[in-house]
Amino acid sequence: MTSPLKDPIKEGLARGWQVYDGALLTQDLQLDCDVAIVGSGAGGGISAEVLAQAGLKVLLIEEGALKSSTDFRLLESEAYPQLYQESANRQTLDKGVTILQGRTVGGSTTVNWTSSFRPPIETLAWWRDKHGLSELSEEEMLPWIAKAEARVNIGEWLAPPNPNNSVLEKGCSALGYSHGRIRRNVRDCWNLGYCGMGCPTNAKQSMLVTTIPSALDKGAGLLARVRVERLLFSADNKQVDALEGLALKDDTLSPSGVKVRVKARHVLLCGGAIGTPALLLRSGAPDPHEVLGKRTFLHPVVLSGAIMPEQIEPWSGAPQTVYSNHFLHTWPIDGQLGYKLEVPPIHPVLLSTTLTGFGLDHARLMQAMPHLNVMLALTRDGFHPDSPGGTVKLKKDGSPALDYPITDPLWQAFRQAWHSMAELQFAGGAQSVLTVHENAKPASSLAEARAQIDSLPLEILRARVVSAHVMGGAAMSADASRGVVNHWGEHWQLGNVSVIDGSLFPTSIGANPQLSVYAFALRNASRLASRLARA
Amino acid sequence: MMNRRQLLKTGLAGSALLLAAGFLARPEPDTPDALGMQGLDTRFLHAADRNLLAAIAPIMLGLSLDVAQLKALLLGVDRAISGLPLMLQGEVRQLLDLLGNRWGRRYLAGVKTPWASASASELHAFLEGWRQSRFTLLRSGYQALHGLINAAWYANPASFAALSYRVPAQGRVLQ
Repeated sequence: MTSPLKDPIKEGLARGWQVYDGALLTQDLQLDCDVAIVGSGAGGGISAEVLAQAGLKVLLIEEGALKSSTDFRLLESEAYPQLYQESANRQTLDKGVTILQGRTVGGSTTVNWTSSFRPPIETLAWWRDKHGLSELSEEEMLPWIAKAEARVNIGEWLAPPNPNNSVLEKGCSALGYSHGRIRRNVRDCWNLGYCGMGCPTNAKQSMLVTTIPSALDKGAGLLARVRVERLLFSADNKQVDALEGLALKDDTLSPSGVKVRVKARHVLLCGGAIGTPALLLRSGAPDPHEVLGKRTFLHPVVLSGAIMPEQIEPWSGAPQTVYSNHFLHTWPIDGQLGYKLEVPPIHPVLLSTTLTGFGLDHARLMQAMPHLNVMLALTRDGFHPDSPGGTVKLKKDGSPALDYPITDPLWQAFRQAWHSMAELQFAGGAQSVLTVHENAKPASSLAEARAQIDSLPLEILRARVVSAHVMGGAAMSADASRGVVNHWGEHWQLGNVSVIDGSLFPTSIGANPQLSVYAFALRNASRLASRLARA
Repeated sequence: MMNRRQLLKTGLAGSALLLAAGFLARPEPDTPDALGMQGLDTRFLHAADRNLLAAIAPIMLGLSLDVAQLKALLLGVDRAISGLPLMLQGEVRQLLDLLGNRWGRRYLAGVKTPWASASASELHAFLEGWRQSRFTLLRSGYQALHGLINAAWYANPASFAALSYRVPAQGRVLQ
């Protein structure tokens, strides 16, 4: 059956948008524009609209394919290979952390779970105080945050939380932990629960259905399935002269041999905190202070499962609607690592691959899926002195690798978080709790869970550690010696390069990052638009 | 920079095992397609890989699978691997080659008989041994098998009924 709903992308293509699919290119392509934007996610999408509105000739270049609502059929089997980096199986160098990151037009905004949080004021304060970014006051950021919220329709979600989220809410209420409801960037949402597979009803106000169509309507171009291989620098190494891209075949993996060359007055790097530093590294960009790719953050996540006495069908309904920041505010920001508590949506592939164990134990848990609650703790990395994050490196073939060793303060936070989640799940009515760690077994009381958690070995590839947020690696800094760009995202050494994505953040942000990226993108792209209009 | 501890934990163990893999990959593989998996049109998986995966999958999943289900599973694994970046596909190839030859099977997996005739308890011991190994490389090998087999099985809508999983009624019109 095909969707009875409109598909704004198919309609735009029919109106004559300037869109190239790399897989269909048969000969080399040369393009000129005012601004080339590498990556079409939260940073690139917002920037494309701002710059196109300013009358600039914009070209968006995206490694992933252009997929839209009629392609989104609520199937993990299609979504992960088509819409995610490395089939939703991107991993850190030692394979200790699995990273969910989008790779499609709209980037992670096409597949995220719609959770919308303002940049935490304590994070901005930390950046001002410890990173010298004195410009980033609340008064400075608030108008951009408000504008971003209006642009992607961020608002209260009025429907009751689904029962998977209710477990967290009930647990927090019973234990007296602060908690709240998550705002979402949706319009006329059907409350289905398949956000992670691409929104089939265009309710999610991702870049795919908001800023990108708007930019394309204003004459911007889009190159999909083209991987930017390198930036070519001027003889004095102070400018980018052109970008070199490789068209990808239909599989969106292997280069077809067709090359794309783009000349641009200005280059915006928006490929996310792994892709952006990797492109600069691959190109041999100037990095006199050896900061590029360093301090890359993940909000590393640990998980806890629970069997509820009643059926809760955790795949159904808005995936994330309840959060608790209780454990972000329990310790000083640079002390013991704090964590934010949420729940993830539960679907068969994501669950079966994330659940530890195998054989009958695993099969029984899978069959208990309608009764399953899963809670997650998202740790706030980058504030504690021994939480320096990871380093983006290059593999032999030039593709990015993130070396992210899990340091002791993170392990301590994981253990603490497993305790908190077990406590909350039992307080929320769970019959049994399973810490998601290869050495854990279902525990039928909190005391049993606590004894287990205290004895779990803190090692990678035993503890399941995942991430859905990539940040840092091309950080803003007050002076050239400490970062890659200034607070406007302008590269310290390259005059016509800006970074507009989560790479900017000098620490993790401490909340699901989409709204923070939107706000910085609006602010910095607006500045760039006026700069380029004057020139 | 890698510190000494990390080098010992991953670097040395890793390179020693990869060297061993290259060396071990030389002997003939076990007789392929002993489990009735012949004639399957796979892009990535060779006969020896199919043989290995067909033996391991029911133990990994905790399910008894008939020949048709096994074939569907192998096609799913094949699709899953074919969708990975080429560098990662290379890593999976190394892992499958290591397990697919009789020395790797015997000395690294600890399975004495060819995969197709290995007992359930032997296969279970292999998976458990790698899952709980003190070497991160073996644990990552286990996790790769765990991920591929589960992703392939549970991506298939035929697996949904046993989970009571189905798309909500109002969503079905969109499929």
